[in-house]
Amino acid sequence: MDPTKRSSDKAAQDIISHMGRLGQENAWDRLDRQQPQCGFGRLGVCCRICTMGPCRVDPFGDGPQVGVCGADVDTIVARNFLRAVAAGTSAHSDHARSVAEVFVAAAKGHAPDYGIKDPAKLKKLADELGVETENRTSAEIALEVGQIALSEFGKSEGEQLMTRRAPAPRRAIWRKRGVTPRAIDREVVEALHRSTMGVDQDYGSLLTHASRTALADGWGGAMLASELQDILFGAPTPGRGDVNLGVLKSDEVNIIVHGHEPILSEMVVAAAEDPELLARAKRTGAKGINVAGICCTANELMSRHGVPIAGNFLCQELAIATGAVEMMAVDVQCVMQGLAQIASCYHTKLFTTTAKSRIPGVEHVPMSEGTAMKTAKELVGRAVENYKNRGPVNIPPSKETAVIGFTNESIKYMLGGKFRASYRPLNDNIMNGRIRGLAAIVGCSNPKVELDYTHTTLARELIRRDVLVLTTGCATIACGKQALLNPREALELAGSGLREVCEAVGIAPVLACGSCVDNTRMLVAGSEIVAEGGLGEDLSDLPLAGACLESISEKALAIGQYFVASGVLVVFSKELFPYLGSEKVREYLFAGIEEDFGGRWAVESDPVRAAEIMLAHIERKRDALGINERRERKLYSMEERRVLEVS
Amino acid sequence: MAETIIVEVRKCLACRSCEVACALVHSRSKVLSEAVSESPKPQRMLTVEASGQFAVPMQCRHCEDAPCIKVCPTSALYRHGPNAPVLICREKCIGCKYCLLTCPFGVIDITRDGRAVAKCDLCLERTKVGEEPACVAACPTGAMQFVELTEALAERRRMAARQAGATAAEKSVVYGE
Repeated sequence: MDPTKRSSDKAAQDIISHMGRLGQENAWDRLDRQQPQCGFGRLGVCCRICTMGPCRVDPFGDGPQVGVCGADVDTIVARNFLRAVAAGTSAHSDHARSVAEVFVAAAKGHAPDYGIKDPAKLKKLADELGVETENRTSAEIALEVGQIALSEFGKSEGEQLMTRRAPAPRRAIWRKRGVTPRAIDREVVEALHRSTMGVDQDYGSLLTHASRTALADGWGGAMLASELQDILFGAPTPGRGDVNLGVLKSDEVNIIVHGHEPILSEMVVAAAEDPELLARAKRTGAKGINVAGICCTANELMSRHGVPIAGNFLCQELAIATGAVEMMAVDVQCVMQGLAQIASCYHTKLFTTTAKSRIPGVEHVPMSEGTAMKTAKELVGRAVENYKNRGPVNIPPSKETAVIGFTNESIKYMLGGKFRASYRPLNDNIMNGRIRGLAAIVGCSNPKVELDYTHTTLARELIRRDVLVLTTGCATIACGKQALLNPREALELAGSGLREVCEAVGIAPVLACGSCVDNTRMLVAGSEIVAEGGLGEDLSDLPLAGACLESISEKALAIGQYFVASGVLVVFSKELFPYLGSEKVREYLFAGIEEDFGGRWAVESDPVRAAEIMLAHIERKRDALGINERRERKLYSMEERRVLEVS
Repeated sequence: MAETIIVEVRKCLACRSCEVACALVHSRSKVLSEAVSESPKPQRMLTVEASGQFAVPMQCRHCEDAPCIKVCPTSALYRHGPNAPVLICREKCIGCKYCLLTCPFGVIDITRDGRAVAKCDLCLERTKVGEEPACVAACPTGAMQFVELTEALAERRRMAARQAGATAAEKSVVYGE
């Protein structure tokens, strides 16, 4: 297949062609081999939950309409939806649990290579959680905070503590609908229980629990992951770095860290600066050691250390096919088993590092918090050693400069400075219409969609129409590759109102907010924007919409569902939303759910039309807020001023 | 007919992908995510039937001496010539159902509005531009194939010959002992 149909990015096109010439297989080739893909699966109308099955319902009505147990198409689709949300929640939350474990170990002094990098953020979180901070050391505070965080996963009673950050009307809606999340593990276990054979067979009740499960992710596991990572590794601040395969160096030892948890990658970055290892690298003829990231690990590292990004999800195999990668270390999530095959075609050493994630034929080097730096040095050492085995390299020249690392704190700092850090200027500019609203562009890269095309087209369309865009995950990297995270270039594409504000404040119109667990930063930011005043009382009042048009992962569905249940419109690609087989489920997710939570799903594959859906939603919210009405400028007399009521 | 659909029964896993593909190709939008909410619902022209532990996709065989054409009182069923697929002209069809009763395979159906009959058209639109019928293209295991009849027969002959040869070889070893 034509590489330009597979990727809108030149660097990826080059390597895809190169792989084609050498007969090396990648995800696009495997997708071709999987054609045709099953229509029942694509509509979500098959059920493999019990051994009376597998059952499937004929979506066009001629064949069977219920499974052996009598489950109808609505139940089958809703159960599949709920199970995917539960799996996505598990992924983010188990990531969070790993971080919390390292956090507690560090506080106890059992993880000497980790420490508290951001004591201010620790103190803030401790205050929120009711942990005493007066006259206590960081380690003492961290221990108690870490233990509270760990108990959020399995506590026998009580609600998720981080939900307190949500606006009060939002919490009231959750309470009314009975979806305030309890222990994270409990919601996931209950999701699996409800959806097993013969339990919950009401699509509405199943989908309501999907909201509760997802909220345990967004306002539980994923939010804790971001918080604890910021404290352990330092909260990101906006900084510059390079993005795309061109960051690989022809004359240095190239190391790629790929996956999600910064626990491994932070150590590898530190180990790569070790003078002894650098000297060894020089002795083998390399000019230095170059660490680059892929997937969310890349977002984590660039936002904290400016470490370059080699690419997003679909670039993992392509990076190895440059022939320039001495070593790739992976941890969890979005790591393709296909890496083992492509690594065997080159000198690249591939290592799995966590007990949860192993690949046959790939060497496993277990990473444990007690000996993290020692393991990281061993890995970097193996990479240095491997430099001499390098064959011909084929590194595409493309790379772009990106500014990455926006957080709730840093955006407020950019808007108001150190002493007046606040969302006030943003709220004012949304209210006066220079900025129409906010949009989140998140998520993955899918070989069914031309790589990076929909994320970037959507981002361009939105900023052109004066919508400030926040991105995370692989969508961020897509924007980075196409210079949308480069303020100078992106501002040229922004509408005049948005541009004026961005130039005054000194930010780009597309703000890179981190990895996929960092979507929770947007929930926190949204809640603070509401608290700042003038834009309604709840997240569902904000002129805000989200989109993930290249989704692959169950994690994306969990994210989408927690945004919807938090009151936000979420758009996914129609072809990548395998739950369309039930009319009632469609009706609920695309409309009915809005009555329950104020947010809803929409599906649209075309990025320009998706932008229209988001803009229409933003304008509808603006109308409801009354900020679209033109107000006559009134000059008040002193008398009139005295009777004005000040809220 | 130059080409025909043949089924290798051992390869059919009863996934019914062919049924979905058939309905889809006869839908208005021809896109799965759209077709699922069309009204009337797209109709399939073939059915996977169970046969003991096997399953067989059944659709019109486009018989050379087609009984359905013979019994049709309004000549709604027709073919363009020898070897061409048996087609239905919906305008002429009065829905008398003679053809349903006379079809030995039971593969002619009534349309959703009940006013005419629906049957496999061998994906005339697709085959015209050199594509396989939708059901064949959708089969993930290659159990359905769209082949030149003479080539299919030749392949069958070669297979039978190989089997006969293998049996003979085995027997000669036995005799040799």
